[in-house]
Amino acid sequence: MSISMSPAETTIEEGKTVGIPFSDDPKFHLRNVEVFYGESPAIKNISLDIARNEVIAFIGPSGCGKSTFLRCLNRMNDSIESCQIKGSLLLDGQDIYDPKRDVVELRARVGMVFQKPNPFPKSIYDNVAYGPRIHGLANRKSDLDDVVENSLRKAGLWNEVKDRLDAMATGMSGGQQQRLCIARAIAVSPEVVLMDEPCSALDPIATARIEELIAELSESYTIVIVTHSMQQAARVSNRTAYFHLGHLVEVNDTSKVFTMPEHELTESYITGRFG
Amino acid sequence: MTKPGSHAEREGSQAELIRRSLKRRYRKERRFRLYGITAISIALFSLVILFTDIISKGYTGFIKTTVTLEVNLDGELMYLNDAADPEQIAMADFQAPIIKAMQEYFPEATSRADMRELSRMTGSYASNQVRDLLKENPDWLGTTRTIEFPAHDTVSVYVKHAGDAGYSIRLSEQQQRWTDELLRKGVIDTGFNDVFFTNGDSREPSNAGILGALIGSLLTMGITLVIAFPVGVAAAIYLEEFAPSNRLTDFIEVNINNLAAVPSIIFGLLGLAVFIGLFGMPRSVPVVGGLVLALMTLPTIIISSRAAIKSVPPSIREAAEGIGASKMQVVLHHVLPLAMPGMLTGSIIGMAQALGETAPLLLIGMVAFIVEIPDGFFSSATVLPVQIFIWAGSAEQGFVELASAGIMVLLAFLITMNAFAIWLRKRLERRW
Repeated sequence: MSISMSPAETTIEEGKTVGIPFSDDPKFHLRNVEVFYGESPAIKNISLDIARNEVIAFIGPSGCGKSTFLRCLNRMNDSIESCQIKGSLLLDGQDIYDPKRDVVELRARVGMVFQKPNPFPKSIYDNVAYGPRIHGLANRKSDLDDVVENSLRKAGLWNEVKDRLDAMATGMSGGQQQRLCIARAIAVSPEVVLMDEPCSALDPIATARIEELIAELSESYTIVIVTHSMQQAARVSNRTAYFHLGHLVEVNDTSKVFTMPEHELTESYITGRFG
Repeated sequence: MTKPGSHAEREGSQAELIRRSLKRRYRKERRFRLYGITAISIALFSLVILFTDIISKGYTGFIKTTVTLEVNLDGELMYLNDAADPEQIAMADFQAPIIKAMQEYFPEATSRADMRELSRMTGSYASNQVRDLLKENPDWLGTTRTIEFPAHDTVSVYVKHAGDAGYSIRLSEQQQRWTDELLRKGVIDTGFNDVFFTNGDSREPSNAGILGALIGSLLTMGITLVIAFPVGVAAAIYLEEFAPSNRLTDFIEVNINNLAAVPSIIFGLLGLAVFIGLFGMPRSVPVVGGLVLALMTLPTIIISSRAAIKSVPPSIREAAEGIGASKMQVVLHHVLPLAMPGMLTGSIIGMAQALGETAPLLLIGMVAFIVEIPDGFFSSATVLPVQIFIWAGSAEQGFVELASAGIMVLLAFLITMNAFAIWLRKRLERRW
């Protein structure tokens, strides 16, 4: 089998995205975003709106910049010294990268779930209670108990762990750990949840469980999910954005992207010709 | 498939090749294992020899030789009428009743030379012992008391090491006869050397003890730990978590690594110049010793703490940051607890080094002859390794075994300290 169309052969016009990248009521308003690691560009002039309470999936081959772009949304790239971000990134109309902006407050509003489950080496209870504690969201023990229970219920974990809240979180299975991380993220009642390939380390059953959870959460949160699995993107998201070599090639309703992609690169990717 | 024979042949020869190479590989592996076992055996053997040597030479340090005499505290003999009068106490002759008591056993020893030899059977502090007893109990004057004296160093060596080529017997023929006689009668006896654990240093081996040095070491280590651990950990956290990486921090890092390799005596010179010269702190005190050793230990603690912080998985850091923990919260709640066991390990190594350090302490005067047991951070003191150093260089033969006994105490101290630190580390690890 020959690959008829290698990515290099197709020209991508910088800053040009096909589909419908903009929205009337954006949660995130992102314009001309460029990211550099040192000298080399990782994100090349991307403009995108992320709507309120939508689930948007970022797909694309490895190294296309989708994770980098995701991490710009709650400034997780701050700790990388060589990383430079240009352009305008607004959350509810406020600049995310305003030097006066408090990154702690930002991250309390924009929570994150990582690729590998990373519970703290503490008890299940303490894991979920950590966020509310540091932000002073629950001052009484009973309030905190409520927050923990609600978060674990929303993450679909309550029935499995309600009898062993004092057990070490690191002793749970991978899927449970990832759901715990989701519970931990939503315990601080964020407005947005960023998910960086949340199922890549999980088996199919645990993955299905997380996908159900994303569907439930989408009622109350804006969710941005990076995924390598196109089936997953198709199952959980309202809109899908296809990234390629640092460019945002196409954004459209998920059903449209997977059935009638407008750009030929998107088509090659979803039909499995590369990536 | 047209020539199955040759194919099989080729396959056969290839398998043969692999088999042969396998043999070679296994031989290599066996040889390597042998090297390893040899290396470990040499190390273990040396350790066994070291310990056997120290213990066989030093165990006698834990045994004391005593002379128990019925002493008639006759006032006339001592030129003493009133034991409560300090002036009379100062003038009195307390050696006389001891000689008198010895003469009970050897009535023939009456010449001046004999009496001098008799007086050298008990330690040179025996008369002081009588004086102190009388000072405390003035009403003992004129009564007969049973008093246990430490034997003279030469007697002790004769009792413990007669026939040992490593020791020369410095007793006269007559004294040897006397000692044998007294040993038979049970007047001279050996027992557990409690003096060694209750006294400070002394000119007389039978009176010298390790307690002063032990307390001195404890006080010095206390200062070292209290200063070096928090400063080292704070420096490591700052350098690892907060400091921008620029030329200045690179310079600092290089210098910390260099400091870890600086000979310890240089730190002694620094202590002498800065703490004693510039700040005018007193000599020979645990505070200065602790400060110097803290400076010496700092690089070790900083380097190992940084390594421990680096080894905290970044996923934990990200998890905390993702929830919105501030930098300080990430460090205090997550990084520090996870890095603590590693930091403790580094500190144990640093402290063990400091505990065995002699050279820098010599320079700040902790090598002085100090009889009193130190009672605070500002009282003159010496430390275990320096005490061993002093004893090992002393002329009296009794100090040789004391030095070995001192080494055993030092090792025991070290093992106790390490065991405590390991226990602490285990506890911290379990909590997380």
